[in-house]
Amino acid sequence: MTIHKKGYYGDFGGQFVPELLMPPLLELEEAMRTIVPSEPFKKELNALLADYVGRPSPLYRCPNLSKELGFDLWLKREDLNHTGAHKINNTMGQGLLTKYMGKKALLAETGAGQHGVATATAAAMLGLDCIVYMGAEDVVRQAHNVKRMKLLGAEVVPIESGTKTLKDAINAALRYWIAEQATTHYCFGTAAGPHPFPLLVREFQAVISLEARAQCLDKMGRLPDYVVACVGGGSNAIGMFHHFVPDETVKLIGVEAGGTGEPGCYHSAPISLGTPGVLHGMRTMLLQTSEGQIEPSHSVSAGLDYPGVGPEHAHYGATGRVRYDIAVDDQALAAFEALCRREGIIPALESCHAVAWVLNHAAEIPKGSQIVVCLSGRGDKDLGIIEAHEAKLGGAK
Amino acid sequence: MSQSILTARIMEALGAGRKALIPFLPGGFPDKERFFDELAALDAGGADIIEIGVPFSDPVADGPVVEQASLDCLLNGTCLSWLFYELEKRKGQYRAGLVLMGYYNPFLQYGLEQLAADAADAGVAGFIVPDLPLEESGPMREALERYGLDLIPLVGLNTSEERLAAYAKNARGYVYFVSVLGTTGMRESLPTEVKERLAAVRRIFSVPVALGFGIKSPEQLYAFGDLVDGVVFGSALIAHIKAGGTAAEFMARWRG
Repeated sequence: MTIHKKGYYGDFGGQFVPELLMPPLLELEEAMRTIVPSEPFKKELNALLADYVGRPSPLYRCPNLSKELGFDLWLKREDLNHTGAHKINNTMGQGLLTKYMGKKALLAETGAGQHGVATATAAAMLGLDCIVYMGAEDVVRQAHNVKRMKLLGAEVVPIESGTKTLKDAINAALRYWIAEQATTHYCFGTAAGPHPFPLLVREFQAVISLEARAQCLDKMGRLPDYVVACVGGGSNAIGMFHHFVPDETVKLIGVEAGGTGEPGCYHSAPISLGTPGVLHGMRTMLLQTSEGQIEPSHSVSAGLDYPGVGPEHAHYGATGRVRYDIAVDDQALAAFEALCRREGIIPALESCHAVAWVLNHAAEIPKGSQIVVCLSGRGDKDLGIIEAHEAKLGGAK
Repeated sequence: MSQSILTARIMEALGAGRKALIPFLPGGFPDKERFFDELAALDAGGADIIEIGVPFSDPVADGPVVEQASLDCLLNGTCLSWLFYELEKRKGQYRAGLVLMGYYNPFLQYGLEQLAADAADAGVAGFIVPDLPLEESGPMREALERYGLDLIPLVGLNTSEERLAAYAKNARGYVYFVSVLGTTGMRESLPTEVKERLAAVRRIFSVPVALGFGIKSPEQLYAFGDLVDGVVFGSALIAHIKAGGTAAEFMARWRG
């Protein structure tokens, strides 16, 4: 990986923020240099990950789907983490860092509410205050997660501006951070945003591939042929890819959300279908008009519904180290059903995009291959969406 | 390099024994027709510099009043090409120096070289880009300099002397001092640290100093004495026009 300027991955990344945000970003860079690699911090974080989050997460071979597909399909079970997704890896890391930095509150944005819940959880456990910015539309759509955050003691602020979704929550959270930077750490939810967030979030999510690589060597006796993860902002994917990036024989596949799939539909696939630009503090691939206005995104899975992507993914897309493809809503829903029925696992719709890629590309994958998919979260949160989809199809199956 | 028009306008105001008045008006506000009437009224009403907002879908440094105005202007079709086209038709009509203020992405997509060329043709003298800190400002500043245009630095209460000095090295036009740790919008009172930090800005920069973000009334300025050369007002003007007022009345009040 080449970072020729501070915080850049090739042509992507950077720090496109108001000057008023530079001091807290510089302070965070300093904390990353001094606190994160220190022994007391590492020891305390590892203990929390083991005893509170439940790591290491299993690498599990799907016996039934593997038999049908003719190659081995393995799941990295991030859905078994406390709070049900990979998000907690990041929030425990940033939460602990916040304490070491001497700040007293965590600020987070959330779309579907998973990162909000994971931040509220870390805050409650670590004795920090928590404020979560959430688009007003999402507050309505994700009422259960709002309730969870409140139970955990967080204040949830609905954002009424713009499209009233994740990107507007990020705008509002950045504004709040300008005013409250002395006491508050912005616990960014994905490996995106201004430097050093893409690096910081990767640092805490890389535990996924650190474990998975060792588990592959242990269980397969070799490295896998494919590693597949869904990409919204891209935190589970960058965590899943990181320790495999130098392994040139391992094909890395990032799966973006194609939305409903008809030509011209709203989607969330900026690497595959977008253009380079600047949003939320980073130069990256974006969904935007030719005049540089950000376009609305869409996916059946709220966690992938974002018009940008982390800059390291944009870089790997440009260099070709990672192949980025698209799975559409219906393919994700079919993968959802396959995992439920064949393997007894109810997966998050986000993760279903990664599983869908495997099912869609089964014909091109050689028999006997070893494929690892990051099952980034569990699907209980998506039951409302599944029910609505079944109703649209004319009644539950 | 020749002296900046923007510096010259502020010096003229100081020479006349007053602070420079720098209103901010979103491009295309309150609608595309009336925008140029209000712009002319601001100019006739004594504005020394006028900052014209370029709308962006995700204005991260703005408070609710400016954000809503900006989103309304996007809906009514305001864009850079329209602004340049209309400004070029009126080139030479304004005494005030014109500055475009907007977020980086629309400028970047327009193409920085083309942007600088078209801005110069339209009579624009400078740019303010709130999400372009020192570290990322090189390409845009270089493009603007080739056409004699200024990139106005924004600094604030938490900008260290070291960073102030780094900004000062390339500063042209004026320096925009953000008076609160927050976003654009009006405040009843300004924090006391403002004065201390302004003294550092005054010492470190050779270009004039304009105070903005949170300015509500002319009385707030008296406290700053000679530390400030000009004042920027945005939210107050937008609110005034939204409430049915005119730019002419607004300027009359600030001219005192």
